[in-house]
Amino acid sequence: MNAPLHLWLIPLLPFAGFLLNGILGRRLPKVLTTAIGLLLPLASFGLVLNAARSITGFGSSVPLPAAESFPFSWISVGTLHIDFNLVLDQLSLVMLLIITGVGFLIHVYSVGYMHDDAGYARYFSYLNLFLFFMTTLVLAGNVLLMFVGWEGVGLASYLLIGFWFEKTSAADAGKKAFIANRIGDFGFLIGIFLLLGNFGTLTFSDIAAKLAAMPGWTGGILTAICLCLLVGATGKSAQLPLYVWLPDAMEGPTPVSALIHAATMVTAGVYMISRTHFLFDRSPYALGAVAIVGAATAFFAATMGLMQNDIKRVLAYSTMSQLGYMFLACGVAAYSAAIFHLMTHAFFKALLFLAAGSVIHAMGGEQDMRKMGGLRKKLPVTFWTMTAAVFAISGFFPFAGFFSKDAILYAAFLQGTGGKILWFVGLVTALLTAIYMFRLWYMTFFGETRSHDVHPHEAPLSMLIPLVILGALAVCGGWIGIERISDYLAPVTGPRNAPPVTGHLELWLSILAVAVAAEGWLIADKYYRRKPERPAQLAAALPGTYDLIANKYYVDELYGAIFVKPLLAFSRYILGWVVDTGILGGAAWLLGGTATLGGAVLQRWQSGNLRSYAAWLALGAAALLIAAVAVHSGWALSFQSVSSHFTLKAAGH
Amino acid sequence: MDVPLSWYLLLSAALFSLGVIGFLIKRNLITVFMSIELMLNAVNLSFVTFAHQWHAVRGQIFVFFVMTVAAAEAAVGLAIIIAIFRARNTLAVDRIDLMKL
Amino acid sequence: MHLILFLIFAGCCLAGAINLLLQTHPINSALSLVVVMTSLAVLYLLLGAEFLAAAQIIVYSGAVMVLFVFVVMLLNAGREERTLGSRAARAVGLPSVVVLLGVLVTTILRIQGLGAAALSQGLTPTEELSRVLFHELLLPFEVTSVLILIAILGAVALARQEGSERTAAK
Repeated sequence: MNAPLHLWLIPLLPFAGFLLNGILGRRLPKVLTTAIGLLLPLASFGLVLNAARSITGFGSSVPLPAAESFPFSWISVGTLHIDFNLVLDQLSLVMLLIITGVGFLIHVYSVGYMHDDAGYARYFSYLNLFLFFMTTLVLAGNVLLMFVGWEGVGLASYLLIGFWFEKTSAADAGKKAFIANRIGDFGFLIGIFLLLGNFGTLTFSDIAAKLAAMPGWTGGILTAICLCLLVGATGKSAQLPLYVWLPDAMEGPTPVSALIHAATMVTAGVYMISRTHFLFDRSPYALGAVAIVGAATAFFAATMGLMQNDIKRVLAYSTMSQLGYMFLACGVAAYSAAIFHLMTHAFFKALLFLAAGSVIHAMGGEQDMRKMGGLRKKLPVTFWTMTAAVFAISGFFPFAGFFSKDAILYAAFLQGTGGKILWFVGLVTALLTAIYMFRLWYMTFFGETRSHDVHPHEAPLSMLIPLVILGALAVCGGWIGIERISDYLAPVTGPRNAPPVTGHLELWLSILAVAVAAEGWLIADKYYRRKPERPAQLAAALPGTYDLIANKYYVDELYGAIFVKPLLAFSRYILGWVVDTGILGGAAWLLGGTATLGGAVLQRWQSGNLRSYAAWLALGAAALLIAAVAVHSGWALSFQSVSSHFTLKAAGH
Repeated sequence: MDVPLSWYLLLSAALFSLGVIGFLIKRNLITVFMSIELMLNAVNLSFVTFAHQWHAVRGQIFVFFVMTVAAAEAAVGLAIIIAIFRARNTLAVDRIDLMKL
Repeated sequence: MHLILFLIFAGCCLAGAINLLLQTHPINSALSLVVVMTSLAVLYLLLGAEFLAAAQIIVYSGAVMVLFVFVVMLLNAGREERTLGSRAARAVGLPSVVVLLGVLVTTILRIQGLGAAALSQGLTPTEELSRVLFHELLLPFEVTSVLILIAILGAVALARQEGSERTAAK
């Protein structure tokens, strides 16, 4: 007996929350708003757990993939049929557990964090909206429905980044995020069009089946499709070159950064590539591009994270870097490793952000690490949970990050010479990661208190409980192991690409990674705890490099000069003056002017002068007469026919 | 000696044109009105001519009606002229060019 | 005989009409119009419409023109002043009249099958006239009588003075 899974409720419950809180929220008492905002996502999570239970055999078992469709079709044109079909398989189940589980924890955290904010109800409605779109994205059975979710999370991101919209920087950051996303989405759309053109269908299972039927089809148009999809993924997952929005997105509330820009939305790109892996597998060039983008972003972002002073910015660049790892994993066709890292990353990155939020909350809104210090004793829970997260992200055994990062580096190493180069870049990035994470750790929690006018106190319970839960997950989240994950995901992502050649290679690589991380810790310890004056000396010694990296390689300025300024100039001068004022305004003026002029001319005809009226009457009469006569052909009037008609009638009397 | 009916029609056309000219060039309102009467008479002549041509009595009946209506029209029109004269104190056609009395 | 009569009275018509245009005092124009109407009556008679000829004299010359003369007298209309002309009338109107006349004349001259009038042809009996009028065209006849009634009422309403004005004038 198979109990129905009610997949359709998973997105719709948060959507109901969005509507209720959005429309009624401000008028309801805060308790009710909180209840709506929390219980509906919790119900979603419960449904996901129910689905997990029924699938893993603790109750009745439902074979995967389980698909549900809404009873009405969406697009039905000719041979193209697109429906609202939701598909639950192993991959989407893992994603859903992360999204609804971590999402719910962040909702709980937000109750405490946003407690005093005026837009409390609006916040929860947007958060629920995000959940709705994200779950739709993950559950989608065809590319178009996924794109709906894709766009929707971009919208939710914009709304939440610019949540405090009265602040100009926040509003600008929201715009930047949306625009950068949009550029990526354009690439995604082109990819969808190419898919539709070449496969005639957008359903994932159908495309996979068509590809499986033609084993020799590689490269060519498939590369083009994959590259277009990659553009979309880079936009959403903040990879080069469309990453510029993610650091600015830290203008939003910290729980938003945790949920959207760490755990879930930015991982949509990775999910998308894993979901369409059957396309990427056919195109070595595309895979290579993915790997290179991932590795480059990972390294690049890590260098930038090293120089940031805002605690959230460091974490933002760290997110970019870790996403780069996931892309690297996808690029070497180790999709299950990417998803594994996605999962562990969700745990420790969300934890990092939430702990940072707790620190910021304790410091009364201060985000600059140079003003923090010595918070270890004052915020114990925050300190210990953050420590767990820092160790996890650096890849120390036995924390979560170790297992997943290791799986990625191992898979990269096995891919020939290019793979070894990528592995090396990944290793260096791991070093940098350890350095900047421990730098953050030391600057925030150790040393002298650098600001004396705040009195930090621990966060309320609603904020601490999620921290503890996530801390536990950061410690033991990786223990499930890559083999079990890849076996579980194998029906969806294909078999694990790493044959157990020699168990020792993997072991040596792991030890090397841990050693590198430990070296990073030592470096951070030296520069930021024992001799805190050294960083400044180093910066003074290499001013050029320091300026370059501290200013984020001037990429924002570069984009501004290449894209933004010309576009603004074009809009202002050509579209604004020439088209809007000149052509459109001129056309309107012309139309009005013609009417006015015509009226002025015709007005003089109505003079009231009787004789002129008479004259025009005479003219009209003459014209009518001419017309009437001319109707009779050739001006010849024959009275015979007319008179005969008349005499007949007259004779009738 | 018979008179061709076309001569009657030509006379009618001439009278009509003279009426139109009078309507256009005369400056006294009453004279303009008289030109209109002249036009009506010209048309009457034309009707009678055709009635004669086809031995149709209806032509003459129409003239009868035209006469009646013209009489009524003359009465009302002259009353209007009197009313205008009382308001404007002038009978010059060019001075009476506003609707509002 | 017919021709001579026609020529004399047609000439009177034209002369009267032209005189109407040329005179400056409205009373002279009115008298010219009387001449035109009387001549037209004779022409009707030549065409055999005896009743209409009588009606023309009685109604038109005898009633309508008398009305005109009375109004001229009442309003004490003097000679026409030289007022501003109308450019439109001259530029548009007179050519239109010429065109009108030209078209009419051309059409008339091209008609084929018109007969001729002669004195030997009989007069239209009034009995026939009345039969058509009171049998088939009874409705228009009645309507016309209503029209005349309305005209009387309208003329009285328009032309009478307001009570206060009369007392003030007195």
